[in-house]
Amino acid sequence: MTFSQILSEVFFTLIGIVFALVGLKAVKDPGAQKKATTAAFWFVLAFTFIFGNWVPKWIIGLCVVVLAVLSGIKGVVQSASDVPDPTSVREQADKFGYKIFIPALVLALSSVVFATLGSKVPALSWMTSNNAICLGGLCALITVLCMTKADPKYIVADGTRLMDNVGVTGILPQVLSALGTLFTAAGVGTVISKGVSAIIPEGNKLIACAVYCIAMALFTIIMGNGFAAFSVITVGIGIPFLISQGANPIVVGALGLTAGYCGTLCTPMAANFNIMPAALLEVKNKYAIIKSQVPVALCMLVIHIILMYLFAF
Amino acid sequence: MDILKLIGVVIVIVGFALKFDTLATVVLAGLATGLVAGMSPLEILETLGKSFVSQRTATLFVLTLPAIGICERYGLKEKAIDFIRTFKNATSGRVIWIYEAIRTLAAAFSVRLGGHPQFVRPVVVPMSEGAAAAKYGELTDEMTDTIRGAAAGSENYGNFYAQNCFMASSGTALIVSTLTEQGHEVSAMDIARWSIPIAVISVIVGFVRTVIVDKKLDKLAAERSTK
Repeated sequence: MTFSQILSEVFFTLIGIVFALVGLKAVKDPGAQKKATTAAFWFVLAFTFIFGNWVPKWIIGLCVVVLAVLSGIKGVVQSASDVPDPTSVREQADKFGYKIFIPALVLALSSVVFATLGSKVPALSWMTSNNAICLGGLCALITVLCMTKADPKYIVADGTRLMDNVGVTGILPQVLSALGTLFTAAGVGTVISKGVSAIIPEGNKLIACAVYCIAMALFTIIMGNGFAAFSVITVGIGIPFLISQGANPIVVGALGLTAGYCGTLCTPMAANFNIMPAALLEVKNKYAIIKSQVPVALCMLVIHIILMYLFAF
Repeated sequence: MDILKLIGVVIVIVGFALKFDTLATVVLAGLATGLVAGMSPLEILETLGKSFVSQRTATLFVLTLPAIGICERYGLKEKAIDFIRTFKNATSGRVIWIYEAIRTLAAAFSVRLGGHPQFVRPVVVPMSEGAAAAKYGELTDEMTDTIRGAAAGSENYGNFYAQNCFMASSGTALIVSTLTEQGHEVSAMDIARWSIPIAVISVIVGFVRTVIVDKKLDKLAAERSTK
């Protein structure tokens, strides 16, 4: 193993510990609902992160199925967290002022600095983009602790509080990329691309960009979720018709997902963004938010197609 | 039968559209696809496990949570609210646009502002409606719907179009791990950098839109007084 890989395993172990602590929080919460299944979910997840590299892979595959079942039976719920008291938060806000944004800036910018150094300085090549993200997280943590002199117990309290808020959906990108792998292994991409090749004239790059972006938006409208659309449409259309034809995968990937979000803006399926807020804001017309968003979404979709055509090739 | 291989895609579409549990739907789609493609159960579990382990990088955002959580405890969200309150003389549309710009920056730096319940309803909508009421007097239902729809939208644009500028965001992680698993090496930094143009453009488009919102409010106010 290289130093970079060892460091990654250290970070995965730390993440595993965070998951285990969320499970422990559920175990220790006297009022917790569905305590056993919730704790089981987080402990199994912790196992896959800490030991994933060392055990036979089918065991991890089995763990993923167990996670899916626990989530599928609605067995995973939030347990009580140490939520900051609003009065004390207001006092701290007045005390620290806008300086409290410094750790957030450190978080994003230090990752960029580490990743840049890693790609430019050969001796620092262990600072891969991924390791840089983790190092950035640690730098921001040190900054906020030094600034606020907060009790280090809040590392656990606030880390597990936010992780529990994110919940099961946090591992969705990871599971979706595994789905993409299975799709490819089974040849799903080939079937979709055969169908699509009927609409895309051989070698027409603009139409290929348009079909990919519009398909991302349409699939997102149907499913209400851009992430799931991304794994299907990128495997089926993005890779065979754009990337394999010489398009830059970075540009296709980055613009592909946000093209899907143009669909999110237009669909009642994305209820938590478009329908629930309408109720929350007491809008008379339930679809007022979507109505207001559709022109922007269409305009952004056209811009996506043009940008992809201009910069991917 | 080639078309049978699409069973996974069908399961994903139906599962998401009917709001079944997301994780269970995705894993079920994977298992079904593997089976119709003639893989043995052990092969399917191997493939699933191998990909899950190699794509643990998609979940690195977890290590950014403690720092963000402690910042929240020390008033991160409160200061963002204080900041937007300094623009009390802006027009209705301008307030919404300023919020969109703030939300875009916050998303790019992974700062959670709380979205519709914690920011749009208690801060943006009252400020924007306050500005409208000062200019037009009493507001009609159509006017408040216009303001509230636009305010809710500004939250979504900022959130969606800018989140991938942050290297550890889940969207960026999804793009990186999907492309890497398909044999196209890309890094989180590349994706974050190429997500910046769309974030900037969305703020410009948002500006144009809020100018139109102000115009529409003028028009609605004029219609109301002629009635």
